[in-house]
Amino acid sequence: MTTRIDARFAELAKQGRSAFVTFLMAGDPDPKTSLDIIKALPKAGADIIEIGMPFTDPMADGPSIQAAGLRALKAGMTLKKTLEMVRGFRKDDNATPLVLMGYYNPIYIYGVDKFLVDAKAAGVDGLIIVDLPPEEDTELCLPAMKAGLNFIRLATPTTDDKRLPAVLANTSGFVYYVSITGITGSASADSNVVGEAVARIKRHTKLPVCVGFGIRTPEAARAIAENANGAVVGTALVDALRASLDAEGRATAKTVPAVADLVSSLAQGVRGARQAAE
Amino acid sequence: MNPNLPNSFRSGPDERGHFGIFGGRFVAETLMPLILDLEKAYADAKADPSFQAEMNGYLKDYVGRPSPLYFAERLTGHLGGAKIYFKREELNHTGSHKVNNVLGQIMVARRMGKKRIIAETGAGQHGVATATLCARFGLDCVVYMGAVDVERQQPNVIRMEMLGAKVIPVQSGSRTLKDAMNDALRDWVTNVHDTFYCIGTVAGPHPYPMMVRDFQSIIGIETRQQMREAEGRLPDSLVACIGGGSNAMGLFHPFLDDPSVEIFGVEAAGHGLTQLHAASIAGGRPGVLHGNRTYLLMDDDGQIQDAHSISAGLDYPGIGPEHSWLHETGRVTYLSATDDEALAAFQLLSRLEGIIPALEPAHAIAKVMELAPKRPKDHLMVINLSGRGDKDVPQVGDILKGKKK
Repeated sequence: MTTRIDARFAELAKQGRSAFVTFLMAGDPDPKTSLDIIKALPKAGADIIEIGMPFTDPMADGPSIQAAGLRALKAGMTLKKTLEMVRGFRKDDNATPLVLMGYYNPIYIYGVDKFLVDAKAAGVDGLIIVDLPPEEDTELCLPAMKAGLNFIRLATPTTDDKRLPAVLANTSGFVYYVSITGITGSASADSNVVGEAVARIKRHTKLPVCVGFGIRTPEAARAIAENANGAVVGTALVDALRASLDAEGRATAKTVPAVADLVSSLAQGVRGARQAAE
Repeated sequence: MNPNLPNSFRSGPDERGHFGIFGGRFVAETLMPLILDLEKAYADAKADPSFQAEMNGYLKDYVGRPSPLYFAERLTGHLGGAKIYFKREELNHTGSHKVNNVLGQIMVARRMGKKRIIAETGAGQHGVATATLCARFGLDCVVYMGAVDVERQQPNVIRMEMLGAKVIPVQSGSRTLKDAMNDALRDWVTNVHDTFYCIGTVAGPHPYPMMVRDFQSIIGIETRQQMREAEGRLPDSLVACIGGGSNAMGLFHPFLDDPSVEIFGVEAAGHGLTQLHAASIAGGRPGVLHGNRTYLLMDDDGQIQDAHSISAGLDYPGIGPEHSWLHETGRVTYLSATDDEALAAFQLLSRLEGIIPALEPAHAIAKVMELAPKRPKDHLMVINLSGRGDKDVPQVGDILKGKKK
């Protein structure tokens, strides 16, 4: 079984470059603007799109993404509406991989089996669920893989060689390496250290390895892309979105371009990595 | 008889940390290796007689155990039914049952070589106990406390700071215990290399619910023995308040396999179960938060709802997973008491017994006021008086003067 994620990485491998992966919160600052932003991402240079599923208690996220989730919830976002948003995106784009990222409880309450059917039908390709380590694989990971969705696991600096095989056992699509011990939006990682960590993971798997947490600038994205199969940027995009809002936190005419422009410059950083590597 | 009932109610959790469908290890990968280390370190400590001996020494001479089992003669006479005993956990050093668990966890942290301790706190009792033991053992201590709770439990904030702890007011979400726990988890993910998270209740990822229960079970173990000495038999019923449920689990667990003992947990019904409250079992359903599956207050989308209770220590939208399981198996009956009922019990106990209880066990007393009169005079009822009310005196004083509602 090949998903859009597998196809995209195969295509990028042919081009000899790394992926630029974007993260934004579904429904931030409101469902309509959020869909407009997501639709603008591929043209701006996003190779893979991660969409956050808002949750009241995001225990691995820093203040920026916490606030994004609360803005979305306040605007009436729900998991059902997130899936509607994915369907809206898929009307115009059947190639760009979409990954839903978040916490388990909203999916558990939606109903795991129903969620997997609805997510697959909507055009979701993969899931990243922060609070489901391999110890809880029977909850969602195994059913998701059976349903034809990639289950993308987080590996971290605390995931040592002894534990890596367990983390990689039921992982597909790609491996998301969290480059720091910490929450989203905190300090950035040294790209040399990240390079060593990626090489270590690659000794255990053939899957692509993308790196996230702490990447904010085109230069940082480029440095990471030289050392990994993809660079993930989230908090910097969420911050750019927030800065474009009016005093009441509503979208303005600047909101979509603010995010798209930053995505373009970051994407250039990632694409520059190919030249650097050559 | 329900065919799914276990042979014993005291054998959980299984090796994956499950009590029936409840419990588990729902945490970020960054924390998983440490949680597995902790599980091993705790298993080693439990099997090490010198660990238990050292802990018993501190429990006796530093905490002041055993806590008395006291016959509440005037309350018994006033209610006119069951013979009521208090397990006096409020007499422990630091003023509540929380110290039993903190002592155990700090000793495990020392075995693991951790130098920095973090904790979440609601009423501040767990924070004070953690700050106390950190001072005693020379460890750095950071306590996360919701900004709302910092405001309403000032005496405990001052105590923690005097003991050398850093208290961080949490401004996110509802700014109460749930949010303090979120920020403590965020700190832990960030400082996982040197930090031990001292969780204050029987919740969180495995092995915490089991470990905290084990450390608190001294309450029930002593009660069995003291009741045998006082009355020559087991009690007929047990009553305890429940936020996360550690004082209740500590009292209940040693009695779970004694079918003659009726067991009641009392949740906080806040303004009432149809309004804002903190009664997860009465008003919630199973979900996943803070590392475990358990009963939670949430909306149809799985978003966690804000709890409300007059008592900061019960103001949490979840409950320990073992309680969820004891509820579903029917072994424990879960009731709830409102803010107003707790306030009335607070005043009654102060005047009848000369004991100012914390607002948390005042919820248990409130239900005893309903349960005791319906039971015969030879019925032995034990209430866990889990904390003293000094911390609540300014808040209750203001409420009674009508300044706040």
